[in-house]
Amino acid sequence: MNTKKCYHCGDIAQENIVVYDDKQFCCNGCKIVYEIFKDNDLTAFYDFEKNAGSTPIKSTNKYSFLNNTSVVSSLLDFQEDGLEIVTLHIPKIHCSSCVWVLEHLQKLHTSIVNSRVHFSKKTVQITYKTANLSLIQLVNLLANIGYEPYISLENGEKKKAKNKQHIYKLTVAGFAFGNTMFLSFPDYFNQPDIWLAHYQPLFRLLMFLFSLPVVFYAANDYFISAYKGLRKNILNIDVPISIGVFVLFFRSSYEFFTHTGQGYFDSLSGLIFFLLLGKLFQQKTYDFLSFERDFKSYFPIAVTKSINNTELIVPVNEIKVDDILIIRNEEVIPMDGEIVNGTPLLDYSFVTGEANLIHKKIGDKVFAGAKQQGTSIYVKATKTVNQSYLTKLWSQNSYQKTSKLHTVTDAISQYFTLGLLFITLCAAIYWFWVDKTQVMNVVTSILIVACPCALALSAPFTFGNVLRILGKQGFYLKNSGVIENIANVNTIFFDKTGTLTTRNKQKFLYKGTPLTYQEISMIKSLVKNSNHPLSRTLFKNLRGDNLKINSFKEIEGQGIEGVFGNNILKIGSAKFTNTNNLDIETESRVYISLNNLPKGYYSFGSQYRLGIFDVLKKLSKKNRINILSGDNNASQEFLKKQSSEITNFYFQQSPQDKLNHIKKCQENNQYVMMVGDGLNDAGALLQSEVGIAVAEDINVFSPASDAIIDASKLEILPLFFKLCTSSILIVKISFTLSILYNLTGLYFAALGLLTPLIAAILMPLSSISIVLFVTIATNLTSKHLFGKV
Amino acid sequence: MSVIYILICVSLCVAVLFLFIFFIAVKNGQFEDQDTPAIRILFNDTLDKN
Repeated sequence: MNTKKCYHCGDIAQENIVVYDDKQFCCNGCKIVYEIFKDNDLTAFYDFEKNAGSTPIKSTNKYSFLNNTSVVSSLLDFQEDGLEIVTLHIPKIHCSSCVWVLEHLQKLHTSIVNSRVHFSKKTVQITYKTANLSLIQLVNLLANIGYEPYISLENGEKKKAKNKQHIYKLTVAGFAFGNTMFLSFPDYFNQPDIWLAHYQPLFRLLMFLFSLPVVFYAANDYFISAYKGLRKNILNIDVPISIGVFVLFFRSSYEFFTHTGQGYFDSLSGLIFFLLLGKLFQQKTYDFLSFERDFKSYFPIAVTKSINNTELIVPVNEIKVDDILIIRNEEVIPMDGEIVNGTPLLDYSFVTGEANLIHKKIGDKVFAGAKQQGTSIYVKATKTVNQSYLTKLWSQNSYQKTSKLHTVTDAISQYFTLGLLFITLCAAIYWFWVDKTQVMNVVTSILIVACPCALALSAPFTFGNVLRILGKQGFYLKNSGVIENIANVNTIFFDKTGTLTTRNKQKFLYKGTPLTYQEISMIKSLVKNSNHPLSRTLFKNLRGDNLKINSFKEIEGQGIEGVFGNNILKIGSAKFTNTNNLDIETESRVYISLNNLPKGYYSFGSQYRLGIFDVLKKLSKKNRINILSGDNNASQEFLKKQSSEITNFYFQQSPQDKLNHIKKCQENNQYVMMVGDGLNDAGALLQSEVGIAVAEDINVFSPASDAIIDASKLEILPLFFKLCTSSILIVKISFTLSILYNLTGLYFAALGLLTPLIAAILMPLSSISIVLFVTIATNLTSKHLFGKV
Repeated sequence: MSVIYILICVSLCVAVLFLFIFFIAVKNGQFEDQDTPAIRILFNDTLDKN
């Protein structure tokens, strides 16, 4: 068994090892890329990372839509004077070698002026001269070295500018915080010092001036949010924060103008700075993912139109009714239409959830979103892209996300604010009796020290850390609110095809009379001659000898037949191979018959994921589990045996049916999670409180959702649940700790003993210790669950 | 020691200038990409002969 790795891509070279220049390659494609690199002085590629390359795709017409000038114009960043700039998304970028070769593209073609990679977004921006190089040539060049770009309709749309306000505000607050701390230091030590007394007014003036941008610019989000909450009669956490900031500012300004004290400007800036830091930490964006993809990312940008026997590439938006379009193998039909020519073998699994390929005839109607498998077909458009049945469904308003986030921080802030006001009132009354002059001092001190800085930091730092941990484990959440939603879920809906089962058609199982090595060799030698995608999969994965075939015949839509000496081998549909199949097909099958005796069949792509039933069992302990499927109920018996008794099954569900199930549960006050993978789940994913999209390749496509999970990580979904529920617990514990700090401060404040020094110590101390606590707690939990942080 | 007035004014001006330059840098996308420069710095041949 040869276990040598391919020098270029690192795959174990099995058969067909190609040797070139004293190195081994797994296939001709890798060898060609190596040749290209060698001829152009790019072999340093292999110095940065070993086996960093990827196998180039076989040359296809995939990018032929780039011949259309209007499509090209919509994709370019800049186009003028013989120079063009384009930003291409290349999912295969994964290491420093990739960055190196993509930034040295000018060695591969002299027309390339410059190229710059953005590693976390996985994009490259290329500047090139158009005299000798067009976009389609550039894209094919990239595809030939193993870095094919992924271009979809959403590339043509302009991106929104990122909001950098929070960075500016944080910077202002940090700037003021640092400087104010320096300026307030001398005042902490109440020693009468002549020099100090002389310059004190200057220092205090400067502190006052620094605090102005902090209060009126950096902190204004909190005021706005508190005001909005109060208008709806909700006491959110920003209300006590705003009260604290106001009181801090006004008391300190009063002390400044009346020369009665140094004020609390340092605590003010520090407070805002820590709060804004928490807000920033809570955000985590994944540049290479998008949680908002819709059908536009799945549909092609352009299709081939057939006019009077000539072919023309047209953008998908320009398709008119009655246009005849040519749809090739693995291409998606972008609009509703009617078959006029060819043998359609359609994969609807992504849009309706049906697992097996649908055979159609000339004259049959087809829906947008189907993928053709096999030879090219001619389709006449009966609707435009936006008017097609499914695209209309996906754009419906009922699919807009309704945010019903009820955060744990907001829950506690109600009690906190009321408690605070109550204590203030009591203290005010007490001191009004005892010593009237102290009332303002005590009231303002209480409001200052009770400012829930630590409380407001608990959730952002906990959830920010958990977001990062989950992201490292292959579970990407849209924002920290999703964590709380996951912890509250009590009902889970799973889609069947593509979620519980793998969509990877590269896997297959054989059922029937066991085949001898000779028989397998015959099968392999027969499928070698067929271009059908299932034949190619069989050929690639079967182990057998190459036998000489006497005659080969392919019958469209039925199967293939070959003669080996005295044996006739038939591979294809059940009817073609004389098999009486009594059970209804639930996945794609090819049947085998030898000398007209049926032997068995290969079933493709519908294997249940490893460990998925354990996942269902574990989750069923605390949640109601339901399975929704677009298929018929043939697999119901099997599923019932494998999963626990509580599970409900619903078959033959259309996308609208799935959505309705979610709505019904929500009307019964259940907190629903949907786990699905295709466009047929899009409505359900948006309607449920938590929608998780399962993606085999996260770089490429996933429907709009709250979270994206790598398909291979589905088996640790229960651990992700545990982490989310633990993080809520950690937040609650840290709330308790921060309340202890507040009580300590309150002790000083209520007795009129609060000095700026105490406030300046207490506030950073509480904030930093809370942050440390939640970070360590979440890291420990993660270590316990996943074995690493 | 009254020079301290001047000293504080000047240092404040310098500091505010740096703050301003930081804002401009953020606005121009200087800090957009945190990861690629770290990789790029390890490349040997940044000077092209042609």
